[in-house]
Amino acid sequence: MSALAPPKVVTLTDLFTAFLKVGMSGFGGVLPFARRMLVEEQRWLTPDEFNEVLSLSQFLPGPNIVNVSVIIGRRFQRVPGSIAASVGLMLMPMIILLTLVTIYAQFAQFPVVQRATHGVSAAAAGLMISVALKMAQPLRHTAWKVGIALIVFAAIGLARVPLLWVLLAMAPVSYALAWRSR
Amino acid sequence: MNLPVLGEVARQFLILSLLSIGGANAVIPEIQLRAVEVEGWLTNSDFSQMYALSQAAPGPNVLIVSLIGWKAAGYVGAIVAMVAMCAPSSLMTYQVANVWERFRDAPWRIATQTALAPVTVGLILASGYVLTRTIDHEWNAYLATGVTAIIAVMTRAHPLWLLAIAAILGALGLI
Repeated sequence: MSALAPPKVVTLTDLFTAFLKVGMSGFGGVLPFARRMLVEEQRWLTPDEFNEVLSLSQFLPGPNIVNVSVIIGRRFQRVPGSIAASVGLMLMPMIILLTLVTIYAQFAQFPVVQRATHGVSAAAAGLMISVALKMAQPLRHTAWKVGIALIVFAAIGLARVPLLWVLLAMAPVSYALAWRSR
Repeated sequence: MNLPVLGEVARQFLILSLLSIGGANAVIPEIQLRAVEVEGWLTNSDFSQMYALSQAAPGPNVLIVSLIGWKAAGYVGAIVAMVAMCAPSSLMTYQVANVWERFRDAPWRIATQTALAPVTVGLILASGYVLTRTIDHEWNAYLATGVTAIIAVMTRAHPLWLLAIAAILGALGLI
């Protein structure tokens, strides 16, 4: 991953400000903005390196974009770099959101605000479904993958089984099927 | 400051951090389960309002966590929840990044990645379903959810526009 590392020096301030910008750019997910900043604007990573950082981030638990910031920060400035990048990423969105919710709390009793929020909630649920459907596209021709996705959906969504049990039961099954179909 | 509640916020999100395989979107049902049904920090209606606000503001999806923390224990709760949600997974990511190159081409790693993809799809679909059940009680709300999902899948419309249109339709009393 570091074989093709760009020769430039990336400071803690660079990491902090770059991720500060990423944090403020995205609505409903900031990964596309992170890619543009890392690959196209700053050229800290090649497209292949970005894919690899992303796949490691998705492989591990935790918010994917926070994992990306930890990996990029580590790469250039070790532990302080990871802290600068992840704090830069979350700082402004948290300030904006907590300001927003404080204002919202003042107006939440007005019926028009309640109705608008209800509309946004209904659409936001639709966006979440669309994310799942888009992610399902590459899997839909493989029967066992569709089966695993549907069982996990039914267990969590319909039966409301706690996540830990579902992961403990389904991850090994999925792994065995993935191993067999290598 | 309510220290027992802050401690409980920290405990719940430290666990959720390590359970959040597939990212923050994948643990929405588990967050709802723990925050609404186990801890009683907020109602289902609050939960859907907080989710809507987190989507209407810029930043990563994981921000919903700070609003749950805020509901439970104010501004300090928001920070505690966010740090707890990110710290364990970040430590793990940092450590794994140190050794990643050694096993990135290992067959077990590739199989793990193949295995996680359908699990994640199932989890996020469940998130969409649980949100829909939490939010929608009338046919027009279900319709709004369905139409938004279809538009978002079929077109490249920016999500923010869809949320803005839904806010206007909602304010007019149509959703």
